Amino acid sequence: MSILVDGGTRLVVQGITGREGAFHATRNKAYGTNVVAGVTPGKAGQSVDGIPVFNTVADAVGETDANTAMVFVPPRFATDALYEAIESGVDLIICITEGIPAHDMMRVYTHLRRGDQTLVGPNCPGVISPGKATVGIMPTQVFQPGRVGLVSRSGTLTYQISKELAQVGIGQSTVVGIGGDPVVGSSFIDILGRFEADPETDLVVMVGEIGGSEEEKAADFIASTMSTPVVGYIAGFQAPPGKQMGHAGAIITGSSGTAQGKKEALEAQGVRVATNPTEVAQLVKEQIG
Amino acid sequence: MDLYEYQGKELLARLGIPVPRGEVAATPAEARAAAERIGGRVVVKAQVQIGGRGKAGGIKLADTPEEAEARAAEIIGMDIRGHTVHRVWVEEASDIAREYYASVTFDRGEKKPLVMLSAAGGMDIEEVAATRPDELARLHVDPLTGFQPHHARWLAFHAGIDESAMRGVADVLARAYDGFVADDLMLLEINPLILTADGAVMALDAKVTVDNNSLYRHPDLAALRDVEAADPQEQMAAERGVTYVKLDGDVGILGNGAGLVMSTLDVVALAGGRPANFLDAGGGSKADEVVTALEVLLSDPKVRVLLINIFGGITRGDEVAEGLLTAIDRLGTSIPIVVRLDGTNEEEGRHIIAERAPSNVVVEQTMLSAAERAVALAKEAA
Repeated sequence: MSILVDGGTRLVVQGITGREGAFHATRNKAYGTNVVAGVTPGKAGQSVDGIPVFNTVADAVGETDANTAMVFVPPRFATDALYEAIESGVDLIICITEGIPAHDMMRVYTHLRRGDQTLVGPNCPGVISPGKATVGIMPTQVFQPGRVGLVSRSGTLTYQISKELAQVGIGQSTVVGIGGDPVVGSSFIDILGRFEADPETDLVVMVGEIGGSEEEKAADFIASTMSTPVVGYIAGFQAPPGKQMGHAGAIITGSSGTAQGKKEALEAQGVRVATNPTEVAQLVKEQIG
Repeated sequence: MDLYEYQGKELLARLGIPVPRGEVAATPAEARAAAERIGGRVVVKAQVQIGGRGKAGGIKLADTPEEAEARAAEIIGMDIRGHTVHRVWVEEASDIAREYYASVTFDRGEKKPLVMLSAAGGMDIEEVAATRPDELARLHVDPLTGFQPHHARWLAFHAGIDESAMRGVADVLARAYDGFVADDLMLLEINPLILTADGAVMALDAKVTVDNNSLYRHPDLAALRDVEAADPQEQMAAERGVTYVKLDGDVGILGNGAGLVMSTLDVVALAGGRPANFLDAGGGSKADEVVTALEVLLSDPKVRVLLINIFGGITRGDEVAEGLLTAIDRLGTSIPIVVRLDGTNEEEGRHIIAERAPSNVVVEQTMLSAAERAVALAKEAA
């Protein structure tokens, strides 16, 4: 098994005719993901690498039975694209777009949580279940099939850690980039819960960073609910307070949201926290040999 | 993006929230002229984006325009916890009967707006929350249904607002919430919100933070960004759209992806070095973007060595390598540059650098070895 994406994924790509949308939709397809449709208003009838393009997500879902949508449209159109995806009835929405206003995401999040659809992102690199399917922008060559789950707020740091894992011969069941924004559809807890329920995930690596309190909440969840072991890593020890470190969500507010505080919260619940990406792989290796 | 008090008060006035009459002044003479127009007793307030102005001597009363000029002369140029005062806000002095606290904030944990109200205004609200939590009324708002009059009543009753101020405070809360949503604010804080001796409710201070991601739809607010307050590199980065934060070390850092750059800073520190900055060249870094990023880094005279740590997702290694070569060629820098390149098209990228880069550029295979090399080179250059 794996979580979120696999051989049953039927993907519709919103924004497929844009430069990046076309590039990554094509790459996702080449990896083996079943990319069944693309959407760009006014471009129905065209195709991108053999993927049929529709005017609306509803049309695409109606024609192709897509169950997963990837949003690849610019921030000022992304909120509309998210509502369109939600209304199309797909089970899972993965939003790559960076730069969506927080108020828009508060409304989308509140609306979404009243139903049972899942959103991953925004401002995320996507989800990959190595050997099965990838949805997003991750460089697939750094991942290999295995039994370690990985959940992260960062894209490139996730690739780095996956590469470190590969070097000690460890692959992944699924890698989930939950996104670097202050409001994201799926939290650490949501994804940890899915890994806990996955019989083919033996350990989870959780990659956090400064800002907010989701890592602290995850520490409590791990202690109270999880039997699957977790190894942590937190980025941003050198970050000064009050400065936004790239991600909209990576900011220390007053004395809250520091890397040290998150590390201590995890360690207090018995989670080992690595000091650098290489050490993550070492700790994983020690725990599952 | 944080606003200055005077910008915040202009925003409040636009929302229909009463504020004392006032004017911004950049020189003592302007402060005097402002005081003359306002008439009577005025308050001269330093405009800096940091708390504790009063204690630092940045807020002073003046009974006459001459006094206002003198007070402004004392305050302008003052350093308040690392922030130089460039302007003062001159406003009519208020006759304060009661001081309240009101705010609308974005609560990250709940992913909802949070409205807070207290009758214990004029002091540090985090301290009130910690020591007298019963005196701080807090209410989360459903962002889809919004702030309703009954919310304002609930808050006012629970905060123990004086009966004579109820209607005015409720009106301020409703307008503040509307502005919070309409202007895409992350924080709108009024501390103190006062009740005057003659029964008016008025905002005596304003702390406003705007969501950077929303600035594209608020050109009026985007125009308020104060580039002159930033240090030279941060100013240059802001003008060129580079995500940059100045630190105080000598190892200049360029990476892609916020998490990886933060991790790179941590690894450099663990290797015994001191990062000079955070710079995220972005997921889609192209040659021109790398050139711009390097120009910002190299303009910092404290930088002794550059560490470039790229892991390609959207960014393709060959494009980064081309950008790097172009930048080095264009800038003619001779300082040591340590490059670590991985991910999409990594082989092509490494090949391009190995073939064509000048001798001050060295390639390392891993992040840790790259950090160690950069730190060693920085120490050699010191």
